[in-house]
Amino acid sequence: MENKLDGNAAGGILQEIFPFEMTQVQATCTGCGATNAIGALAVYMHGMGTVIRCPSCDTVLICVAQGRGHYWLDMQGVRVLQISTEV
Amino acid sequence: MQEETARAKSITLAVPHWNGHRPGQHVDVRLTAEDGYRAERSYSIASAPKPEPHVTLTVERIDEGEVSPYLTEELRVGDQLELRGPIGGYFVWEEQIGGPLLLIAGGSGIAPLMAMIRSRVARGSTIPIRLLYSSRSYTEVIYRDELARLVKSKTKLEVAYTLTREQPPGWTGYHRRIDTEMLREVAWPVAQRPLLFICGPTPFVETAATSLVTLGYEPGRIKTERFGPTGET
Repeated sequence: MENKLDGNAAGGILQEIFPFEMTQVQATCTGCGATNAIGALAVYMHGMGTVIRCPSCDTVLICVAQGRGHYWLDMQGVRVLQISTEV
Repeated sequence: MQEETARAKSITLAVPHWNGHRPGQHVDVRLTAEDGYRAERSYSIASAPKPEPHVTLTVERIDEGEVSPYLTEELRVGDQLELRGPIGGYFVWEEQIGGPLLLIAGGSGIAPLMAMIRSRVARGSTIPIRLLYSSRSYTEVIYRDELARLVKSKTKLEVAYTLTREQPPGWTGYHRRIDTEMLREVAWPVAQRPLLFICGPTPFVETAATSLVTLGYEPGRIKTERFGPTGET
């Protein structure tokens, strides 16, 4: 069942891949140029994985899945990630 | 383990190597069946950060769920669970972030907001908090006694309840689903630039967030955490 959640819900799997706390990282959408914290993006959980969309224009920013001994990470909807170096 | 309501239970876990958490963060709980099938769900941490490596989750049983019936019915003291976390830095409030705070909870969405309230009380902070808490009925209000005690004890915590389905005799609180008018009455004035945290089922969060933007609150100061069938918070 598909349900709209917030970027917080993707924090767990992203935290396994990246060495940063990812829900506070700012992502710029290639579709409309909007910049939001990943925690403020729209997340849809599917059986296959997690799809993260722009709350403004619905462009898919990030798809992430885990299986068969790999993480699968598609970030073609992200133009820029801004990662704060200050914790 | 503590029974909170007929459907919700608080479960305190001792977590080895736990480095503490921030109020609002969650953990992912993973269950693995004997045949290797795995199910994973996110649950908010309801306890304030403590020196000891303990976290309390409040879990509401979803009858058709894969994880919550196990956690509320089957889990026994001494059992082991696989956890990932703490997770998140966006839906988080700590004293230095400031206030005043408006917390809006739908059902078991109270859990991460309770961590913020408990943390503020434990630290003796004077940042004012208002909580608007929507439940179906009085018996489904989680942390009822603790909230009543805190409101009485001059902790600068105000709580407004709305009971959407069933109200006890003599009920003086709200008795409808949250709407713009209710938020206008409960929320801090826009000029005070409150910080707003909303947690509940997806439609509840959408209604609250949209209404608050309509009332003139800054979208950048409204943080939301939705939960639903695939991510029982």
